[in-house]
Amino acid sequence: MEVLLYALLGFMVVGCIIAVEIKDLLSAVVSVGIVGICLSVVFLFLGAPDIAIVQVVVETLCLIILLRATVQRDDTTIYKYIESFAVATILIFSGVFMVLAYRAFKDLPSFGHPLMTVSQEYLREGLAKTKAVNFVTSVLLDFRAYDTLGEATVLFVSILGAIAVLRRRGRR
Amino acid sequence: MKGMSLIVRTIARVVTTFIILYSAYIVVYGHITPGGGFPGGVILALGIMLLMLAFGKDLPLRKLPEGRASVLDCLGALGFWAIALLGFTAGYFFLNFLGKGEPFRLVSAGTMPLSNIFIGIKVGVSLFAVLTALSVYRRFYPPGEEPPEED
Repeated sequence: MEVLLYALLGFMVVGCIIAVEIKDLLSAVVSVGIVGICLSVVFLFLGAPDIAIVQVVVETLCLIILLRATVQRDDTTIYKYIESFAVATILIFSGVFMVLAYRAFKDLPSFGHPLMTVSQEYLREGLAKTKAVNFVTSVLLDFRAYDTLGEATVLFVSILGAIAVLRRRGRR
Repeated sequence: MKGMSLIVRTIARVVTTFIILYSAYIVVYGHITPGGGFPGGVILALGIMLLMLAFGKDLPLRKLPEGRASVLDCLGALGFWAIALLGFTAGYFFLNFLGKGEPFRLVSAGTMPLSNIFIGIKVGVSLFAVLTALSVYRRFYPPGEEPPEED
């Protein structure tokens, strides 16, 4: 079980590296797809079918959009050139982040250790209070409905912005 | 975006029905089986996307013009807000004010199925609008460098 998870994680890392390093954009998109599909299998193994469904579906959508964006270009190969300033900046700031994150995470309690009283309350009372058999939905739409509302609003506003930027007619 | 060959069109015509049916199942049974409004909406958008890839961009746009798509999008968002606000009739924001019913029934869990349906409509239509924006409107080009006519 754990061996399989580690194998899938290694496969995902290899997919990421290939996607970054390969010169053909189409192959890069396919490698990104490998990462997403493996992630959905990992979610299935961890016992989270809800997230697995969302992951595989959203991955398909993103792949189709990415493919449409790359295939439309005439020349799908890119030639490698490295901006040393950008790489140096990224390295410096990731180093700063790592140091600060190490200091911050050291003070956190270890995984699962403070007994999660709120979630245990949800788990115990969830079915009786909401009568929804799918516990994930009862958290999403009842206990934590504010989060769902925020997510829906983010999607709405981002798509509004995308259409406003991309449209041609009516731009003044 | 031109359409594809006859084989693809025939298969797409048959399969799209089942995809949209499956998305309705995922949305409506969201409180009983894994799924919910968001994945169901994305599956709906994928079904329309299959039509668009197989038949070209004209057919889905004839069935669901941009104006109607944006109306449906706003309808989903407003419906979800309305459910949230209707909680005030019984007490506070987002209160599950409808009768809960028995578990394992389709009509149970109060407002959850309604919220799922509204979220499904919203997500599906808005992702369709993204696809429309990417394929119909021409992309952002600097002035003077107009793109060639859309394929």
